[in-house]
Amino acid sequence: MCYLRVEFQHMKRTNIIILVGIAALITGLIVFSAADFSTYDTIDAAKKKPGTFVHIIAKLDKARPVEYDPIKNPNYLAFYAMDSLGGQTKVIFHNSKPTDLEKSERLVMKGKMEADHFECSDILLKCPSKYKDDKKQLEKTMNDQTTSN
Amino acid sequence: MHFEGEHLLPGQIGHFFVVLGFVAALISTIAYFTASRKTDIAEKQSWLRFARFAFFTQVASSAIIFATIFYICSHHYFEYMYAYKHASTELESKYLLACIWEGQEGSFLLWAIWNGILGTLIIIKNRDPKTSVWEAPVMSVISMAQFFLLMMIIGVYIFNVRIGSSPFTLTRNEIAGPIFSLPNYLTFIKDGVGLNVLLRNYWMVIHPPVLFLGFASTIVPFAYAYAGIQTKRFGDWVQVALPWALLSALVLGTGIMMGGKWAYESLSFGGYWAWDPVENASLVPWLILVAGLHTMVIYKATGHSLRANYVFAILTFVFVLYATFLTRTGILADTSVHAFTLDDTTKKVTYTLLLLFLAAFTLPALTLYFLNYKKIPSIQKEERTDSREFWIFIGSLVLFLASMFIIAKTSAPVYAAITGSKIAPPQQIEISYNKVLLPVTFIIGLLSAITQYFKYKSTPSSYILKKIAIPTLLALIITIAISRYYPMTFYKQGGGYLGAIYFALFAAIYSVLANAGYIWSGLNGKLKSAGASIAHLGFALMLVGILISSSNKKVISSSVVNGINLQVGKDPMTKEQDDPTENLTLIRQVPAKMGPYEVTYLRDSMGHEKGRKFYELSFERKDEVTKKTIEHFTLWPDVYLMKDNNMSSNPDTKTYASRDVFTYISYAVSDDKTTDTSQFKIKEMAEGDTAFYSNGYLILNAVVKNPDNGKYHFKPTDAALMADITLHSKDSMHYKANPVVTVDEFGVNHVDDTVYAQNMFLRFAGVTDNQKIKLGIKESDKIIDFVTVKAYVFPFINLVWTGLVIMAIGLLMSAIKRAKLSTFYAALALIATAAGLFYMFLYAN
Repeated sequence: MCYLRVEFQHMKRTNIIILVGIAALITGLIVFSAADFSTYDTIDAAKKKPGTFVHIIAKLDKARPVEYDPIKNPNYLAFYAMDSLGGQTKVIFHNSKPTDLEKSERLVMKGKMEADHFECSDILLKCPSKYKDDKKQLEKTMNDQTTSN
Repeated sequence: MHFEGEHLLPGQIGHFFVVLGFVAALISTIAYFTASRKTDIAEKQSWLRFARFAFFTQVASSAIIFATIFYICSHHYFEYMYAYKHASTELESKYLLACIWEGQEGSFLLWAIWNGILGTLIIIKNRDPKTSVWEAPVMSVISMAQFFLLMMIIGVYIFNVRIGSSPFTLTRNEIAGPIFSLPNYLTFIKDGVGLNVLLRNYWMVIHPPVLFLGFASTIVPFAYAYAGIQTKRFGDWVQVALPWALLSALVLGTGIMMGGKWAYESLSFGGYWAWDPVENASLVPWLILVAGLHTMVIYKATGHSLRANYVFAILTFVFVLYATFLTRTGILADTSVHAFTLDDTTKKVTYTLLLLFLAAFTLPALTLYFLNYKKIPSIQKEERTDSREFWIFIGSLVLFLASMFIIAKTSAPVYAAITGSKIAPPQQIEISYNKVLLPVTFIIGLLSAITQYFKYKSTPSSYILKKIAIPTLLALIITIAISRYYPMTFYKQGGGYLGAIYFALFAAIYSVLANAGYIWSGLNGKLKSAGASIAHLGFALMLVGILISSSNKKVISSSVVNGINLQVGKDPMTKEQDDPTENLTLIRQVPAKMGPYEVTYLRDSMGHEKGRKFYELSFERKDEVTKKTIEHFTLWPDVYLMKDNNMSSNPDTKTYASRDVFTYISYAVSDDKTTDTSQFKIKEMAEGDTAFYSNGYLILNAVVKNPDNGKYHFKPTDAALMADITLHSKDSMHYKANPVVTVDEFGVNHVDDTVYAQNMFLRFAGVTDNQKIKLGIKESDKIIDFVTVKAYVFPFINLVWTGLVIMAIGLLMSAIKRAKLSTFYAALALIATAAGLFYMFLYAN
């Protein structure tokens, strides 16, 4: 203790402020943010914790209908999604239908699982056209282009 | 096999210069490094001459590489992968540059070119024998960066692994396909993929060069800091590096906000800042750079904080490299809307190369710093708490810690990738940043208001109190007045959060007033020395704009407000209403209430560019008592539908001095080209012929080739025919209809026309051999034309842009003063920058 006090006296005020600042930063990060972070989950894992905010990476189930009638309600989109582990769920998104939803290869969806559906608050689409540096996609584009003419 | 029609020479030239430039950069790095360690003057000079020659060779190579890529893309040589991926024949020539820096290779090259220009300027600046001590160490750092930048695009194989990705690879070598076994494969590649529609915007032409100049210029303070250690002149570099750091802060800051303006005005993100990882990654170096600027000023005035100068100069560039690593490796693909995405092999190599780039600068710099830590002079006497240097230092520290907070949160995907954890961004990303940065804004606002009134070393307290009293009082009065007459309405995070907004707002207003006051009372109106105050004033004004426009942003297209739809999106746990639904469907000709406006979707029309469709929305505000129209304007948001069916929505904004009305199409039915023609009854008609339908008859008045009128804009070189038709209904109403048929390399396109009043579709189905046209007529019971829109009101957003422009001018004034530029050049630079920024951010709305 005595040793500590001696050390303390030798420290400059600025050094103390720097240490306090860094401590504040770390506390800020842990207290404020750690609680904020959510998780990436599979559909099945999300179903086990309904009401918890999660991220799901899945893709559109193209075999089932996409329901969107903007004249009736522009803020209601419903579709089915499945993930790579075979989990499936109905998704409801209270917003307009993202263009290219049907063409997307991957959906990063944020929201909460509810009794019969995933209540989605945001969708990030990964579309083939955005994968310009993906060679397979370019090959496909090239073949589509050259065979259709 | 010999392939027909290929142009291989430009690629060979380009590749040669990539390799030459790469080798020259390596040689100039070594030569400059050797020169920096020689003490013998003659020997040093000869190494320097050699190093300069190598450096200029490399600068010239970069320029030639760029010219070659430009040549290949502008000539649509699709045998080259880069042209195939990024260019296309329909791409307007104004986007040619944009398509070059759309790709990884092009943007690295852009960076390399700026790096080369900066290096050249430094060589020229150091001709003077008095300062020439800096050239060798500074340029060895800049040459090394050039080496790494060119490595990213060299594309040579070492042990079967391709290092870097060359912009000169051939399409047939890169992708597989049956056509590549044919000698005439090129005749099948009719067009390239082209520039992503989201990027077809003039911002894409100017934003990357400015941002990359900003990134590139952060190396200069870093290089000088290294030179300080290398030459053992531990403090002398600060004076030389300060003007560079000021310029860098100006350019990088402008570049970042250009991105914000772009996102705001032409992308449908609904704002100018979203705490997207890619945005954060460029903001963080700027914050550290600004922290460093301030400690450099402290050192120059008092000799304090020299070590902090080293730390900030090093970390600024390190975080530029880290930002590059984050955005270019695809690691942010799931969290950002902007990040590059890569396939697996490219990912691994890019990952390694960028990590190497990062390590090659970070590790030696930090090692040297710590090895020399004791040798870097520092004053043992403490700064007094009534001294200016003390409070500037606190401000710098707060900025730096804020930047560390931002980057720590942004790096969550990196943490997840390393540990395999499933950590994901929080539910409300923006709030999670803002709740920490609101207090930071408060502190920074206060410090930037008060600190200038302190004197270096120590200040009599009566002096401060006397000078600061008026601005303090005024700021308080204005804040209270705002809370009374124009309250902040951001209620959804509760009272504490709203309180924090008011505190931050007070501090920002305080800073505006105190800095304005300081120019008048502290500097007696001497504008030449007022750079810092002007920059602070601008920054604070920007904060005021950010606080007000974000707090009081209003969605006016909310369906809930209109009572059309049920309330939706209730949180099952808290039972609170989530964000109100934000889209509203407008049925053609049917007015809908949107906030204070009555909005009517009047019509759609084709743009000058193919696939672009504008929607005319009429906004009308009526006086509630007299019912007279007191405000009326028309917005034309548009949707860009590309041949690959990729859709992009561009907003339109009505700008007033005090607010923006901002709207974009969130959903529109695309013209379905594959509609079955069998539903149409086909009639063959010549000009002047008449045909009957259930409710009247129609006359084909004329067939117009390549019409250019209110609705269509074809060029004489197009192949388009429009039928000019008039419908005469039984109730003797007349309607015009103009269906169009166009032919291009992708086939025949029909642009049908619809006459809503008669429930009629008309299609120009084709032409017959005997000079007649085939007209498709379809009558339907219910045709509803509609668009779904989102609309916001952003109040006082102009303060954000005005503040930025003022800040940039202030930074430039400081840089000019510190660099001791002649009055003529200073005036020229100031006027040009001010005019350019004013035009870009405020006038060209």
